[in-house]
Amino acid sequence: CVCACMSATVDAAADIQGTSAPETVVPSSVPQPKDDFQEELVIRPLHSGDIYASFQFRTLWDTDFMRENKVSHYRLFPKSLGQVISKFSVRELHISFTQGYWRTMQWGQPFIPSPPGAELWVWFQDSVTDVDATWKELTNVLSGIFCASLNFIDSTNTVQPSASFKPLGLGNVTDHSFLRYATLPREIVCTENLTPWKKLLPCGSKAGLAVLLKSEKLFHSSFHSQAVHIRSVCQDWQCKTTSWELRQTLNSVFDLHNSGQTKREWSLFKMFSRTLTEACPLASSSKLYIDITDNPQVTTSLLSQAVVLGDRRTFSVYDLTQETTFGTVRSLNLLIRWKSNEGEMLRPLLHAERYVAGYGLQTGEIHTLMYNNHPYRSFPVLLLDSVPWYLRLYIHTLSVTSKGKDNKPSYIHYEPSKDRVKPHLLEMLIQLPPNSVTEVTVQFERALLKWTEYPPDPNHGFYVGSSVISSLVPSTVAMHTNSTRERPLFSSFFPCKEESSYFVRIYTEPLLVNLPTPDFSMPYNVICLTCTVVAVGYGSLYNLLTRSFQIEEPNPGLAKRIANVIRRMRGVPPL
Amino acid sequence: MLCYTSLDILDIQWIWQFFSSGHTNNWAVLVCTSRFWFNYRHVANTLSVYRSVKRLGIPDSHIVLMLADDMACNHRNPKPATVFSHKNMELNVYGDDVEVDYRGYEVTVENFLRVLTGRLPPSTPRSKRLLSDDRSNILIYLTGHGGNGFLKFQDSEEISNVELADAFEQMWQKRRYNELLFIIDTCQGASMYERFYSPNIMALASSQVGEDSLSHQPDLAIGVHLMDRYTFYMLEFLEDIHPASKTNMNDLFKVCPKSQCVSTPGHRTDLFLRDPGSVLITDFFGSVRKVELTMDAINLTDPIKQMEEDPVNGEEQKEVYSYADQLPVSEIIHQKPKQKDWHPPDGFILGLWTLILLVFFKTYGIKHLKHIF
Repeated sequence: CVCACMSATVDAAADIQGTSAPETVVPSSVPQPKDDFQEELVIRPLHSGDIYASFQFRTLWDTDFMRENKVSHYRLFPKSLGQVISKFSVRELHISFTQGYWRTMQWGQPFIPSPPGAELWVWFQDSVTDVDATWKELTNVLSGIFCASLNFIDSTNTVQPSASFKPLGLGNVTDHSFLRYATLPREIVCTENLTPWKKLLPCGSKAGLAVLLKSEKLFHSSFHSQAVHIRSVCQDWQCKTTSWELRQTLNSVFDLHNSGQTKREWSLFKMFSRTLTEACPLASSSKLYIDITDNPQVTTSLLSQAVVLGDRRTFSVYDLTQETTFGTVRSLNLLIRWKSNEGEMLRPLLHAERYVAGYGLQTGEIHTLMYNNHPYRSFPVLLLDSVPWYLRLYIHTLSVTSKGKDNKPSYIHYEPSKDRVKPHLLEMLIQLPPNSVTEVTVQFERALLKWTEYPPDPNHGFYVGSSVISSLVPSTVAMHTNSTRERPLFSSFFPCKEESSYFVRIYTEPLLVNLPTPDFSMPYNVICLTCTVVAVGYGSLYNLLTRSFQIEEPNPGLAKRIANVIRRMRGVPPL
Repeated sequence: MLCYTSLDILDIQWIWQFFSSGHTNNWAVLVCTSRFWFNYRHVANTLSVYRSVKRLGIPDSHIVLMLADDMACNHRNPKPATVFSHKNMELNVYGDDVEVDYRGYEVTVENFLRVLTGRLPPSTPRSKRLLSDDRSNILIYLTGHGGNGFLKFQDSEEISNVELADAFEQMWQKRRYNELLFIIDTCQGASMYERFYSPNIMALASSQVGEDSLSHQPDLAIGVHLMDRYTFYMLEFLEDIHPASKTNMNDLFKVCPKSQCVSTPGHRTDLFLRDPGSVLITDFFGSVRKVELTMDAINLTDPIKQMEEDPVNGEEQKEVYSYADQLPVSEIIHQKPKQKDWHPPDGFILGLWTLILLVFFKTYGIKHLKHIF
């Protein structure tokens, strides 16, 4: 549709040019657009009665942001992000905003994991000389684009992981000095973050799957996460040329009880209060997938299978670019109904928890538990912990135990914190034995902050960002190792190098710890008390030193006074 | 002939009135200074003014909205992503298209004064800056908890009326505004504009010194008071204004008399050069742009030629790209820690060794040197 319009204007221009000024050159062929936009929505009913909706919007663009001449003609790729990439020499950028915590034991694994709050990790190009200054500027610019307080990311919560967070895009060199990672666990997500996110889409929120993104329903959910991922990918299976990929993902889990219903019956209208009317005209593919693996008696027109998260799942596919999908009413509303399974849900192979133990406001202990639920295979996990400086970790108390026995990590990287400058960074590669629980404990002491460093509501507590656990989990079915464009988007996010295992990243809960909080009214009390004491003390001392005392006769009574008056009149000395 | 001349005079008068305000762009700085769920009404106040200002034409790029706490997505909010101003959930002032520039802990006295005076760090994005010039009319709206001469920010700091007056004077000296309308809805709000001394400022407050501004009505479903009285009646007044209306400031001064507001709203116009009766509401709340009509034709230049992309990269580069290994276990295990650069010993160590050597040679004498070297 867009191509046709472009050629029409060029022909018109040619006509005008032909008559008036024959010497100006007119481009004879319209350059093929090198960008492509795909959108998809995956709906998966969950075992607990909730429903999981995952939107992915991908824009691919074959261009070079790093060349000297600035890219000036943007079509599908948003200009604000393109300028960020070229100005800050970004190789990869991943930013996510999440409200709620993903409950792995009840919901399984998400397609795109994200920690509560805001998370930003960026790989810079090799040409960047001062990574820290570029990082600071980048966070400020992103805070303006997404209307979030990302400017609170500074050196006190930024770390440079040494082994985790390898680039998800193309690239052979992985020098971790160009990587920065930061989280803001306190960051809230609301409509003001969704609005600029929607504006980055080529069709905005006017057409296609994005019409379903209404904030009143999306934020009335148990889990809401929106993210932007920018990286370079292969253009085809030969992988001689690269193109830039922008993925915008939005994951939501709608709660069965929160929405006030009792039956496991969901429809698009109930979830989003909208139905679909058309695909985005700029999209080359616009698909809706419903996961029917657990309910195989569904008979719909189009079925497809995909291998995702180590499992082969069956999906019922609706192609929104076809007119027939919408029928005569020109709108698509799906009703999904399923019965609860009597059997247990398949337990996820890797799952983690974290909590703070201890009592009082001086010391405590952080416990991280990692569960390996595979019956006979063990696999390695890489644990990344970034703890703020005001929790002083005692690394000599670090212990890693599996099944009661000590489990020595094969790689430990620890960067101690510096007060008010940088946080603790602890990275460990641990082999989890099959069917076991591995517990990592470390003791800490709470520091007393300076008066001005307390936030306005210090009694709420201070957040410690989630731990990140990256792992290669053995998969039950063979994973696809070649990346083709025909694969659905939700199965091609993490690159896959071998068939027997798949990469998964898990985030634990963030911790909320109370620091010893002073009574902020004390300075006022102290000033009043001190001034009173000084006034009373000094006043008394001054009086004692400078006043002289005279004896004064007390006033005689009335009778005596009258008697004295009479005596004076008589000439007799007074009483 | 006579008809023609009278039309001419009327035309001239109308044109003169059109240019009398002297401003070319409008800005708004809307600040809510209170934190915590029970101060829902202050956020609703600010959002209702934001809504009116947007409706009357000021774009988001010219509005600096500062909300000290998040009420819409607060976990206590029974209807997430909404902020209501009227009970029974009639009017959602949060809407679907809101851009909050400063939120949460960013709303501090320092940031507010920096926004006003323009002294922000160089990496601040445009949406967080007040890029006004000397032909800008600025609307500044503050709400929260206040007292005689101060306004409380987030329960931890205050801004005094002297600081505010000095900030406005800085703005005047740097030619950052043409005219300024200052509205404040707090207890004893009139004390905040007592100290202004810069020209072209008009100020309104919801209560006099010694009076409290009261809240309007609670909503039993949400559980808190939704709006303050002064802003509630001001919102109702502004809902009747449309971008072309000719209502002037005298009508705004009459909003919320003592019978409705319980407190006495005040205003101050002695620093303002024009007569308030000739100042339109849309001079501050709307964004009136001047349009120049021209009858001349303008020649457009030739279209820019499309840059030729280099098509030859594919043949020359034979290298194949590949994705990085996400968890290369053997590489990680054998990853040696980075060797720290060798630094020469610093002063303390040098001093310590010198001391040890001195003591040694003092006790045992210099003749032992030959045994060492």
